[in-house]
Amino acid sequence: MAVCIAVIAKENYPLYIRSVPTQNELKFHYTVHTSLDVVEEKISAVGKSLGDQRELYLGLLYPTEDYKVYGYVTNSKVKFVIVVDSSNTSLRDNEIRSMFRKLHNTFTDVMCNPFHNPGDTIQSKAFDGIVSGMMVQSG
Amino acid sequence: MTDEALFEFLHMEIVSHVYKEQQASKGEMDNKDRAACVSVLEGMGFRVGQGLIERLTRDSPSFKDELDIMKFICKDYWTKVFRRVAAILFISPPQGTYVLQDNKFSLLTQLSGGKQYLDQAPKYLAFSCGMVRGALSNLGLDSVVTAEVSVMPSCKFQVVIQKL
Repeated sequence: MAVCIAVIAKENYPLYIRSVPTQNELKFHYTVHTSLDVVEEKISAVGKSLGDQRELYLGLLYPTEDYKVYGYVTNSKVKFVIVVDSSNTSLRDNEIRSMFRKLHNTFTDVMCNPFHNPGDTIQSKAFDGIVSGMMVQSG
Repeated sequence: MTDEALFEFLHMEIVSHVYKEQQASKGEMDNKDRAACVSVLEGMGFRVGQGLIERLTRDSPSFKDELDIMKFICKDYWTKVFRRVAAILFISPPQGTYVLQDNKFSLLTQLSGGKQYLDQAPKYLAFSCGMVRGALSNLGLDSVVTAEVSVMPSCKFQVVIQKL
């Protein structure tokens, strides 16, 4: 279960950011912001290796003492960042991958919505629903 | 099998609707109005291209470079949208120019098989130009896409990638 999920646009501004409301949200925003550097590093590093099929899933970006941050980048350079609690060790790589897949699928649906302009913040209820399903149940 | 016909008919109606709207409000069409209609159609195509490419590249790995992206557009994108493969005729990477040719462009086959209606062809190509431009823009490449027809139903799309 994630504690914070963020969708960041190609130009590195947030399209959607949602965290567990009980805690200091600014801390999560800051974590996501610093993780962007790591994402950029990974994207450019993979570009140097020749002939490799580049994967969309970036894996664990960096662990802090309380949290682990995972990243995923789409072909349209939109980045998804998921922050999970470190104490929750039962979460395996596969589960994180499937969370990213679900996010990507829902994001694609949002993009195809004619009322959504690319570049605007995401205001879809369906997207909210999927994200709530992935976040920690608080209370 | 009827899926193709659906889009072709819808596209013809869209083109004719945009032109009728413009004519109804202005009465007499001059070159500026015609250009306005073409940009409306191109704008529609742009938005469609953006959404479509998001869906189509969902499962494919990242693209290595521009050429890779252009190859994807010619093969997978063209196949999904027009059920054909377009050929890249001419590549000039320093200037970022690519020319894609489709010998039997599905949106033009119903119009004519030769030189008839050649002057009407650009109207029907505007939407597709927009689609290519939208797709490229969502993949990170700013471009200018123009199309030309010399003999129907074959047409050439010229893509010039803007370098920053």
